[in-house]
Amino acid sequence: MPKRTDINKIVIIGSGPIVIGQAAEFDYAGSQACLSLKDEGYEVVLINSNPATIMTDSEIADKVYLEPLTVPSVTAILEKERPDALLPTLGGQTGLNLAVQLSQAGVLDRLNVALLGTNLQTINQAEDREAFKALMDELKQPIPASKTVYDLDAGLAFAKTIGYPVIVRPAYTLGGTGGGIAHNEAEMTTILARGLTMSPETECLIEKSIAGYKEIEFEVMRDHKGSSIIVTGMENFDPVGVHTGDSIVFAPTQTLTDKEYQRLRDASLTIVNALAIEGGCNVQLAQDPTSEAYYVIEVNPRVSRSSALASKATGYPIAKIAAKIAVGLNLDEIMNPITKTTYAMFEPTLDYVVAKIPRFAFDKFTHADRTLGTQMKATGEVMAIGTNIEAALLKAVQSLELNTDLQNKLVPENLATTDLETLLTSIKTPTDIRLFQLFGAIAKGATLAQLQAATQIDAFFLAKLERIMTVQKQLMTEMLTANLVQTAEEIGFSDMMIQSVRQVTDHELDRLHAMADQHLVYKMVDTCAAEFESSTPYFYSTIGSENESQPLGHSIVVIGAGPIRIGQGVEFDYTTVHSVKAIQAAGYNAIIINNNPETVSTDFSISDKLYFEPLTINSVMNIINLERPLGVIVQFGGQTAINLTQALVDRGVKILGTSMHGIELTENRHDFEALLTTHHIDHPAGDTAMSLPEAHAIATQLGFPVLVRPSFVLGGKGMAVVHTAAELDDYLIPALKNSHGQPILVDKDISGIECEVDILSDGHQVYIPGIMEHLEGAGVHSGDSIAMFPPQHLSADQKAEIVRIATAIGLAVNCIGMMNIQFIIADKVYVIDVNPRASRTVPFMSKITHQHLAQLATHLILGQSLEALGLTPGLGAEPADVYVKAPVFSFAKLPGAPTALSPEMKSTGEDLGRGATFTEALHQALFDSYHYDSSQVGTVVVSPLDTQNTALMAHLSESGYSPITFQADQEWPNDVVFALASDDEHATAQQLITTALSHQTPLFTAQDTVRALTVNPTPTHVL
Amino acid sequence: MKKYLTLENGDVFIGTAAGNLTKEIHGELVFTTSMTGYQETLTDPSYTNQMITFTYPLIGNYGISLGANQSPSVAAAAVVAQEFAETVYHYQSVMTVSQFLEKAGVPAIIGVDTRKLTKVIREHGTMAASLTNQPLSKSQLNGSQTVADVVKSATYSPADGAQATHVVLVDFGVKTNIIKSLQAFNVSVTVVTPEATFQDIEALHPDGILLSNGPGNPEDFSAFLPVISQLQNQYPLFGICLGHQLLALANGAHTYKMPFGHRGINHPVKNLKTGEVIMTSQNHGYAVDIDSVDNTPLEVTGIEINDNTCEALEYPNRPVFSVQYHPEAAPGPHEARRLFNQFVELMHANGGIK
Repeated sequence: MPKRTDINKIVIIGSGPIVIGQAAEFDYAGSQACLSLKDEGYEVVLINSNPATIMTDSEIADKVYLEPLTVPSVTAILEKERPDALLPTLGGQTGLNLAVQLSQAGVLDRLNVALLGTNLQTINQAEDREAFKALMDELKQPIPASKTVYDLDAGLAFAKTIGYPVIVRPAYTLGGTGGGIAHNEAEMTTILARGLTMSPETECLIEKSIAGYKEIEFEVMRDHKGSSIIVTGMENFDPVGVHTGDSIVFAPTQTLTDKEYQRLRDASLTIVNALAIEGGCNVQLAQDPTSEAYYVIEVNPRVSRSSALASKATGYPIAKIAAKIAVGLNLDEIMNPITKTTYAMFEPTLDYVVAKIPRFAFDKFTHADRTLGTQMKATGEVMAIGTNIEAALLKAVQSLELNTDLQNKLVPENLATTDLETLLTSIKTPTDIRLFQLFGAIAKGATLAQLQAATQIDAFFLAKLERIMTVQKQLMTEMLTANLVQTAEEIGFSDMMIQSVRQVTDHELDRLHAMADQHLVYKMVDTCAAEFESSTPYFYSTIGSENESQPLGHSIVVIGAGPIRIGQGVEFDYTTVHSVKAIQAAGYNAIIINNNPETVSTDFSISDKLYFEPLTINSVMNIINLERPLGVIVQFGGQTAINLTQALVDRGVKILGTSMHGIELTENRHDFEALLTTHHIDHPAGDTAMSLPEAHAIATQLGFPVLVRPSFVLGGKGMAVVHTAAELDDYLIPALKNSHGQPILVDKDISGIECEVDILSDGHQVYIPGIMEHLEGAGVHSGDSIAMFPPQHLSADQKAEIVRIATAIGLAVNCIGMMNIQFIIADKVYVIDVNPRASRTVPFMSKITHQHLAQLATHLILGQSLEALGLTPGLGAEPADVYVKAPVFSFAKLPGAPTALSPEMKSTGEDLGRGATFTEALHQALFDSYHYDSSQVGTVVVSPLDTQNTALMAHLSESGYSPITFQADQEWPNDVVFALASDDEHATAQQLITTALSHQTPLFTAQDTVRALTVNPTPTHVL
Repeated sequence: MKKYLTLENGDVFIGTAAGNLTKEIHGELVFTTSMTGYQETLTDPSYTNQMITFTYPLIGNYGISLGANQSPSVAAAAVVAQEFAETVYHYQSVMTVSQFLEKAGVPAIIGVDTRKLTKVIREHGTMAASLTNQPLSKSQLNGSQTVADVVKSATYSPADGAQATHVVLVDFGVKTNIIKSLQAFNVSVTVVTPEATFQDIEALHPDGILLSNGPGNPEDFSAFLPVISQLQNQYPLFGICLGHQLLALANGAHTYKMPFGHRGINHPVKNLKTGEVIMTSQNHGYAVDIDSVDNTPLEVTGIEINDNTCEALEYPNRPVFSVQYHPEAAPGPHEARRLFNQFVELMHANGGIK
């Protein structure tokens, strides 16, 4: 059927702020879908409250609403826009849930809005466990014995009948939130109680555990006519029991015979047909490793994280095609955008292997529960492409940016002092570091049988790990020949990995590489294993005899930001993409190097060439040696790119924009202090320490409280405010360990209003788009603060001083491009931090000022002047409205992680609120961030420590709230509007936090945030 | 041990020997893009005399299992791959792919940049190649082609007892799963060789005729074409792959050699009568000239949507049809299996229920 002509205007709902379980993949899907529909001539209206997205750029949709994703807010937009249709399957679970609510509220019928794509009945059939079970019964598709329960007793009784272990899956929650595997009645009681509370319908599915089965996923596309294809099958390294978002995953499937594969493929197609899916769908299945038995695990009737992975793994753009299907086009009417000569009705075939490894935040939250189960915990992921399992896996490991030493040596640091028994016990529990423990166990002599017994991971995969360790051992002990080096390189060993276990010079390695039969080459990702001619500018490295990537010439390389983690989120993908657009607009070829499959930047149609590679100096240099670009831009890939700069400069690579010297000036404490002194700029007193005694001496001299932090860090990792000498020890020991020989900074902690600016400079003049004021005090990481723009509590003099300082610093370091500077306004204006790169606030400010700041900065980097870009030096004009950026936390997904706002960043995403006043803008921003409707007053449950702030309690009472002090084990009142716990150390406060999270009650973890909700929102530290 | 693959155009690929380590082979070099089902592929008789290149780099991950063979042994003349799994852990596996090839006396070369090789074949078309133990000079290349005919037994009935419906299958190099697919519908099968006459077949009292797949140029079977002309007047008839090409030739259409054929399990075929498109398993180097069908009583009922080649034919108002693809799959998707059902129904409608 040709596309529908009865509709013109289509609304797309985005997925809102980034949380664990719902991340950048929906920006990728949403922006693809919007562009795809615009291509077909439809008018596209987009609603999403997350400013840090490409999809909310004005070029992506005809109209963009940065508004809350609530029924009233979306209803108002629908009433105003009067669209013909709504496409809800591209905004994750948030988008789907909202569409269901709009439909149930009668809004869609009343406004005559048609739902495109998969219909609501289908969505219900896939999402409602009982409906799904009934459908599977009807289709004769096997599912594990299960029962939906609404109370604890029924759950315990059913578990007894089917026998432990059982899986608890709460209905209608993100990423399986609140679920888990129970091995006995005691565990069942805890997990089920939590699951019931977290499910909005107080509904949980109790299911026979099939932990240990092979977990297989199929990404299916189906059109209106019923034609369907599998985009790819994927096989999880971790067997059933670990959420697929937390599993290491390979594509295509690796250990299934054709019979097994086709049986599961048939099952997937049968289900997708019965559901009459129109668009993309994800089917998860479990294959018994020792019989023909299989089970259907679940179906996601929408574009998902897995579909983003499948798109990047195969080159097949699922969201783009799903959007076209939604408007009536069939698969055989849509061209395959990769080959441009074949149709979308085609199953991609790969001639490589793809590995995905999830990225967790446990490097920041070392005390959080690292156990992996049915509830997703990863914040992001990396993907790598290779010609074999080992190479794909090792390249993915190299991309993780966890710990360079671990990534190179592969075995845990404490291996020498750990015995095999301990390791074999540890690997029984899946965690984020199990892969490295497995390598360690192999190094200690574990047998495949032992590893398999402990983990139930298929021996096929374990044997690959064994092969890696065998070669590593050869590299350590045998003569280093060209053959051995080639073998190592073929299975993914980079030079750095070889050098981490064997003393050998770069020169000697180069000589050995040159002697080998085959060399490092780049191959194209083309969906068809070279059967058809393609010109996709999408490449990966491997060892082979033909290089397919021809240097572009006249090119500029942009270093991406790697996996999404707390502190380096989708904002840096946004800036990367904008930098590329500006490079292209300026007439150069733009090349992206990145390894994050979820993002827009790794859509091969964004740049002139995409290299899907680890962001290590080895991988980046290999590309640079081939492409010979005019230069490299490092300002937009967050700390990942900045951290590569010195090594690039050392190898003679030209860095465009602020020089390495300028970067160092901002990051070397002593140089920076000298610079500030020269320009009469105040900064908190402090010094650098290389040891514990040095730090104590400095702290004593400054007087507590002090702020301690390592230099060269991201998102305030290892940063803390310390009040006593004893606390200093607690913080410094890990901080020194994480500092990799870099000094620790110890500063006087100054209380005041925190502000930040992003600056743009051509090296001669400085433009400041605006000053953002932070609601929370300076002890809270800027990424976790609510930011307001324009600032609400600054005098004209203070603003002028900020502009003076920002300009002076920008010129002093000869900033070319962007920089971010943070201030504390107390008795004076103090500078507390400079980041010599684009920051997290760039998308927020770009959206408000209607200036693509990252693009403007790129033009400056490429040699334009501020004047030529039409930017007047000094402070930009302030808007009439007030804008608020509010952080979004994923505390419920990370039990045990700290929650109190502090110098260490904790948020995973952000949203934007707008209003005539600060209060109005804050009200808007709180919906999708803290999930709080600030027009609601009622009971506020407060931690014992916070109630000691009598002024705040009084303000709450005056404002109509009823604050009550939380007591251990107390019953949770029904009318709680929010909870406050800025304390996460005392047991009672911890209990309050857990209770609030499991009741999905809005939780504030800083007093300053709550003060803003009262009738007297002025921060106490305003002078 | 090193192995050398020298192509007709002079390109040389050096790799490591596997399977039968020493045997040297000269044959036609083709590639298949399927990611699963290497065992079914290797044993597919249509690959007789051909060297198969696997574009998927990891071959042998789940080993070799009983019951997956499509003929008694390896049909391919040689194998080119990136990597063979050295050890296998699948519960059904009885040996590795290299052991399987060794037992069958089939040589293989691994460690080859198969993507580069595939592009050469894509650009130059299917070509002759030699697999040798020593480098070849260009003058040595035109070695005599190793000829291994498909072993065709005389008339036999694959054990399944006498059933109500009876198909005579003309064996040009049949895949086991075609017979199994018929038997799954309670059909008894008698296999005859292409030497059979119309009278021989008639004497077997079939309810329907199946023309099987097989290797080689369909024009080499001209002797059998008159038999087909007679059979299609009398019986429900179903042609698969080579059988499809022979039905076309018997009715006056032409066939031609494709540049590099269709070998894979992801070929989209559109049913021109219903508009439906399905994924199919394919393995053919020759195709029916779609325009030449115009001058025959046949009707084109299916095309490959990427290159518009002829994928299905029907004889209007007769229970006679054929497909270029493999409805029996093995390896590949199962969407087309319903054609066996259709064939059985045609036989029933034709009075085949006894």
